[in-house]
Amino acid sequence: MKHYKGLVRRAVAAVGIAAALAVPAIGSAADDTIKIGYIDPLSGPFANVGDAGLKHFKYLAERINADGGILGKDVEIIGYDNKSSAQESLQILREAADEGVHYVTQGNGSHVGGALVDGVEKHNRRNPDNRMVFLNYAAVDPALTGEKCSFWHFRFDANSAMKLQAITDYVAEQEDIKKVFLINMDYSHGQAISRIAKEMLKEKRPDIEIVGDVLHPVGKVKDFSPYVSQIQSSGADTVISGNWGNDLSLLVKAGSQAGLDTDWYTYYAGGLGTPTALGKAGAGHVKMVTEWQENLVEDYDAPELREILEEFEQRYDGIEFYYLRIKTEMDMLQKAMEEAGSTEPLAVAQALEGMTMETPFGTVTMREQDHQLLQPLFISTFSEDYPKYDSEGTGIGWVMDAKLEAADTAVDSVCEMKRPSS
Amino acid sequence: MLESIVFSVLNGLLYGMLLFMLASGLTLIFGMMGVLNFAHASFYMLGAYCAYTISSYTNFWVALIVAPLFVGFLGALTERFGLRNVHKHGHVAELLLTFGLVYVIDELVVLIWGQIPVDYAIPPSLDFTLFTLFGTSFPAYRGFILCVAILMFVAIYGLLVRTRVGMIIRAALSHPEMVGALGHDVPRIFTLVFAFGTGLAGLAGVMAGNYYITEPGMAFSMGPIVFVVVVFGGLGSLGGALAASLIIGLVTTFAVSLNYSIADLLAGIGLTLGNESIVGGLAHIDLSRIGQMLPYLMMVLILIFRPRGLMGARES
Repeated sequence: MKHYKGLVRRAVAAVGIAAALAVPAIGSAADDTIKIGYIDPLSGPFANVGDAGLKHFKYLAERINADGGILGKDVEIIGYDNKSSAQESLQILREAADEGVHYVTQGNGSHVGGALVDGVEKHNRRNPDNRMVFLNYAAVDPALTGEKCSFWHFRFDANSAMKLQAITDYVAEQEDIKKVFLINMDYSHGQAISRIAKEMLKEKRPDIEIVGDVLHPVGKVKDFSPYVSQIQSSGADTVISGNWGNDLSLLVKAGSQAGLDTDWYTYYAGGLGTPTALGKAGAGHVKMVTEWQENLVEDYDAPELREILEEFEQRYDGIEFYYLRIKTEMDMLQKAMEEAGSTEPLAVAQALEGMTMETPFGTVTMREQDHQLLQPLFISTFSEDYPKYDSEGTGIGWVMDAKLEAADTAVDSVCEMKRPSS
Repeated sequence: MLESIVFSVLNGLLYGMLLFMLASGLTLIFGMMGVLNFAHASFYMLGAYCAYTISSYTNFWVALIVAPLFVGFLGALTERFGLRNVHKHGHVAELLLTFGLVYVIDELVVLIWGQIPVDYAIPPSLDFTLFTLFGTSFPAYRGFILCVAILMFVAIYGLLVRTRVGMIIRAALSHPEMVGALGHDVPRIFTLVFAFGTGLAGLAGVMAGNYYITEPGMAFSMGPIVFVVVVFGGLGSLGGALAASLIIGLVTTFAVSLNYSIADLLAGIGLTLGNESIVGGLAHIDLSRIGQMLPYLMMVLILIFRPRGLMGARES
């Protein structure tokens, strides 16, 4: 019995020592990683979109780590669920700062993006020795790099005005476009498109007539046929819409059912699930402006991207590689850290400012004035006659119509950046 | 102008009939059992998803028959093992049960079919243009939806009013003890009514799932408007549901096609209004922007002025 007790005591001691040794080991490993906090909805109605974004980051971080990481450190992506709420996101920001996260990234919703720009700015003023950088991969409100711009915010997606610049440039070249109809969701995003599109078209092609400008409630319309009738009776040959999700799919479907023969210029027809919902209804008529679609790897022969898109889809069971800009974000972050020779936020932010990088589709630049990335944009059509990759197994894929060089997508910014003195 | 009126009427009728397909089951269950089934739109979603799965193995026509039967069967199970057990605790318990069911079905659908919309397409045999009017084509599938909805109304009405089964059902509601004493199994009648009602929701799902989009949010987006229809038409009244569906369908459609604001109307009679003040700003909002709100406004108004709805029997 006594013998047994001793055995137990020895075992406990051994476990204790092992634990004591293990804890610092885990701690130091954590210090050796570069943590990126991913703040986006991981539950609720937009969980699928947030989840797909997180998979992109995790996958790309893994690739970097497999190549030896950044400055010998591994990149670690930590997913935080903000439930699409700005309030929740600010809470997470504090939490992340306490956990030693210096880089946060977000994309879904400019209202959240705006709150994070403010939040990071305040945090950095109060904690100059524990600063954070906000890398924005999809919130496209022009104000974030305009009147609200911040030194600590970098946007890797073309903002709403730039995408519209690309669309209107392309539209201006199409001689057969005479009558344009604008239909958008009734909130800041849609209202901005309606306003800016009218300005830009008036300037580039004064002869084009705006035959309709409609705002409809967000996510409430089930039957778009009355809107389609309106488009039809207006005699429009082209529709421009910033709609996304079901509001886009239902609109295009209703149009196709009524035999509407217009071209649709959209922002988000390639978004997760939308190609499936569009199906044949969208083929041949729906166009989108993006920095990426899968068939570009054929047009530009980009073997690394081909490998990524094929591996990603296989790994995540049908979820397609959609955000090239997340790769651009990670690559530029890596480059900035290597140039700065440090992972310290201020040094990295200074290196990111004005940085240029080569990508398979052309040079991209992080504009110094407002921290808006300038990258080539593409207009593509959803077509049954596609080069190689179809979208979401629909048998319909994206075909490139035109490329807009990075410099041509630039839109002037009103940003007056305040830079930290030290 | 004529063109726009004709199309608004057609579109409004179609949307109204789709609403009716969904609302008829709900109002039937309420009228018969006094249970307000919150999960009704969830059964509608199940109908669409089942039809998608069944039609991917067989074809649309099989799905059209089998999916509503299957959804009705699920409804029967819900009544037999859920509602009947909580019935003794009163209507609040029943309400809460159907409320919980909404979330259970939502999560199940996401687990089984995923977050992304499924590719449930209109069958090729119905995918053609029925006729062309003013350059706009009228798809055959819309005609099919209209026909099915009208058939459904006639069938339900005939069943309840003209047949012996209908008589027993109606009697079981007002005089359950008497019907029981005559040797009919009253609880089983309730199960059948609930199954029938949810089956109708399933049928609406089969018809609307491919016309719109089959995705996990479809129950949530359809739920509120169906309640508006039922309340507006009068809880438990089939004729009321039909009238309310058509009125709401036409009102929302016309609101969009009549793209006028109050300011435009005032301008028509020689008054101009700036949009600086709050009142002026409101008056400048186009009708199409608030069109989707009108049904809810109508519901509020009818609850104030005629609480039993258009044709409802009950005062409360």
